[in-house]
Amino acid sequence: MPPVLELKGITKRFPGVLANDHIDLRLEEGHVLSLLGENGAGKSTLMNILYGLYDQDEGDVYIRGEKVVINAPNDAIRQGIGMVHQHFMLVPVLTVTENVMLGMESMKRAGFLDRETAAGRIREISDRYGLDVDPDAVIEDLPVGIQQRVEIIKLLYRNADILILDEPTAVLTPQEVDGLFEVIRSLIAQGKSVVFISHKLREVLEISDQIVVLRRGRVVGATTPDESNERDLAAMMVGRDVILSVPKTPREPEDVILSVKGLFVRGDQGKMAVDGISFEIRGGEILGVAGVQGNGQTELVEALTGLRSVEGGRIMIAGKDRANATPRTITEAGTAHIPEDRQRDGLVLDYSVADNLILNTYYLPPQAKGLVMQETAITERAEQLVAEYDVRTPGISTPAGNLSGGNQQKVIVARELSRPVHLIIASQPTRGLDVGSIEYIHSQVIRKRDGGAAVLVVSAELDEVMSLSDRIIVMFEGKIMGAVPADGATKAELGLLMAGVTSATTATTS
Amino acid sequence: MTRKQAVDTSSVTTHTETAPRGKPRKRRGVAWRSLLVPLLAIVTAFIISALVIVITDESVYVAFRDGIGRGIVQAFSVIGRAYWAFFTGAFGNPVQIVEAAFSGDANQIRRAVYPITETLRISTPYIFAGLAVALGFQGGLFNIGAEGQYFVGGLITVFVGYSITGLPQIIHLPLALLAGMVGGALWGAIPGYLKAKTGAHEVINTIMMNYVAYRLAEFLLDVGGPMARGDGRPVSPEIQPSAFLPQFFPNRVDLRVNAGIFLALGAAWVVWWLLYKTTLGFEIRTVGKNPDAARYAGISVPRIMVITMALSGALAGLSASTDILGVLHFMPNAFFSGYGFDAIALALLGNSHPAGVVLASLLFGAISAGARNMQGIAHVPIDITSILQGLIIVFVAAPEIIRMLYRMREPKESEELALAQG
Repeated sequence: MPPVLELKGITKRFPGVLANDHIDLRLEEGHVLSLLGENGAGKSTLMNILYGLYDQDEGDVYIRGEKVVINAPNDAIRQGIGMVHQHFMLVPVLTVTENVMLGMESMKRAGFLDRETAAGRIREISDRYGLDVDPDAVIEDLPVGIQQRVEIIKLLYRNADILILDEPTAVLTPQEVDGLFEVIRSLIAQGKSVVFISHKLREVLEISDQIVVLRRGRVVGATTPDESNERDLAAMMVGRDVILSVPKTPREPEDVILSVKGLFVRGDQGKMAVDGISFEIRGGEILGVAGVQGNGQTELVEALTGLRSVEGGRIMIAGKDRANATPRTITEAGTAHIPEDRQRDGLVLDYSVADNLILNTYYLPPQAKGLVMQETAITERAEQLVAEYDVRTPGISTPAGNLSGGNQQKVIVARELSRPVHLIIASQPTRGLDVGSIEYIHSQVIRKRDGGAAVLVVSAELDEVMSLSDRIIVMFEGKIMGAVPADGATKAELGLLMAGVTSATTATTS
Repeated sequence: MTRKQAVDTSSVTTHTETAPRGKPRKRRGVAWRSLLVPLLAIVTAFIISALVIVITDESVYVAFRDGIGRGIVQAFSVIGRAYWAFFTGAFGNPVQIVEAAFSGDANQIRRAVYPITETLRISTPYIFAGLAVALGFQGGLFNIGAEGQYFVGGLITVFVGYSITGLPQIIHLPLALLAGMVGGALWGAIPGYLKAKTGAHEVINTIMMNYVAYRLAEFLLDVGGPMARGDGRPVSPEIQPSAFLPQFFPNRVDLRVNAGIFLALGAAWVVWWLLYKTTLGFEIRTVGKNPDAARYAGISVPRIMVITMALSGALAGLSASTDILGVLHFMPNAFFSGYGFDAIALALLGNSHPAGVVLASLLFGAISAGARNMQGIAHVPIDITSILQGLIIVFVAAPEIIRMLYRMREPKESEELALAQG
């Protein structure tokens, strides 16, 4: 029996880049095929070709042994191919049923929408695949994990047999990921076939029947979970052995650089989000802030960087109080800020890489002389930083929005760490990035710490906080629940603190 | 990930995305492509307008009664005559221009170049007003108040123009121009300040400021008003000759083209330089594209909003100054210009880029001048101006229509730029 989907020799060239280089792929019916690769490896390009968003330059697509031509998403849908994008395509104020119907509305007489029939079908699909979605719920009331299921229902409603899931776990909590895997297993059990795109090794090993690894537009390996492991896959993906945790040598801390005393900061709802906290960071030291998201970490970082006003307390940076100083004053005082939301705060996506590299130093010589910006100096600086920080971009005039997440973050890291700074505030520095980029960004932060900078790292990933930090503080409801040295800290211990169990309690129990 | 979003919206489901507001990119290929749609939009607008001209022309119906062949011939001859009149009205008759140039007779030359001088004269205030709105767009602000800023700029210009006497032109003229800038800047800065301080939306406030400006002009210029002429007419006194913008043909009342066109082109260059070559321009564009990132970058967003609106207003004020100092030499009451509103179309057509605004303004100037001649010679109603302009704007605002008509391949813009994405 021919495979349900087969790609033969798919090639796609973009100016200056071979995005897909003669890619062959076979998906057997009832299988999960994982497409593994770093950002920029060509995964999304390949799937966009399959989905009719791009046209391939060479190669053919076969569905159940028959050659097909896919010029538009509608062709793909007709062939039974459906795709769930990383960013959902849902209208937040409409119900599940209305969202699913959009684009193929069934009508009653006189042009009224036939919601009941559609809702019935949705309920049937939901029951059949164990999706547990209420057709009458309004999208914006649903958690992200359920919204994703609505996207899957949209495809099943359109009778898709081949489901492409593009980085489906990037937006999910660990529990939601488990739920998604259950759904995928149930889809497979009923004869659907799935292409699972990811760069997370553990997930790929857990869910796949077949694994295909892409690197720089080529298939560099095909394997199965039984024949492989995380280390091998990572090496295949990156093209060399990867250090899954960056080694760092112990370092004697120097003088205090950041000293926070009795800091109070209000959140958007007006409540005290940071509730009287105090801590210090010394030069050559990385302080990790652990905690479940929404416990005041965001507000803390915004207050430290001048983006949110301080209600009380002091923020001493290198001996001067910078509470309620402007972002520019704080930047000029030698602070680097890697913001939590890189696309909202850290970059102007329409701007070129070069302009993003001078986003907060555009007015300083040599980038500007008085009022006039110096293009030559800006270009030179950009060329140099792109090379030094290994930013993969077609050129420095490429808009930052066209880079992958990892490369966007590298642009920010290059901009922030190439300045003379003695305090680095990094918020979720590796969120959503692939192994290679995470390794690189960690090594850059550690290099700066070794050079004597004080570093504050806020991360939702406990693994990241534990591997990167010298000391860890845990925030819970705006307060510091405890401070522990990273050496010897255990997940169990930190987990308790994150849940609000005081350090006194842990001290007595341990 | 925005690229993904851009791609996604063109995909399966629901909404057709409004084309991402184009930015002037440095790459040549893209610049050429960005000109193609406007050009085809103009061509298409002229074709449709031709149909309108034909179906509203009685002689075509008469000819069709005599047979289809004669009808078709008559239709084309009507279109030919109308558009020839349009062309010669906008740019002059090439034959006449060449003949005049060889004859060397001054009068003949003046007559031959008259149409193109009118096009340039009408384009002048368009350029300033278009730049005003475009600058606002670049800073993320929608200045619908160019009309009001035009009024206030005009009032102060005309006041400085007639009330101050005895100054040499080299001082009086710049002073009067400056007055227009200050008036417009003030009128623009007020909504800018309100937005920066209170978040009040600039669209609402600039519209309201328009009404204040209309009534202010009425109060000042109406018969018996403080700035009205004593002779019972609702117009301001004539400005001093020392405040005149020099006309190219000072002895001919019909040739009204003046140094304002150079000022307008100069202003376009200055705006371009400001936006793309200076730190202030970088700040304005950053605030326009991403205010959060601007704040992160240490830019004072409120300050930039006020500055952007003031600069935008200053340009709108200059639009009135050049009209008054170069052409009218006084300011009438109920002086409804409409420039401030056409300016929005010009900024849109010109993609908010100074060079684009200049081209769009020249086009609008040519359409106005050409349509007048078309009415005079080919008896096509002047309302064809509105139809032409309207169609061009519709097609530029909805490039999908043009792509469909000309079977252009969807510019999978994201495609060529995707590259580094997976």
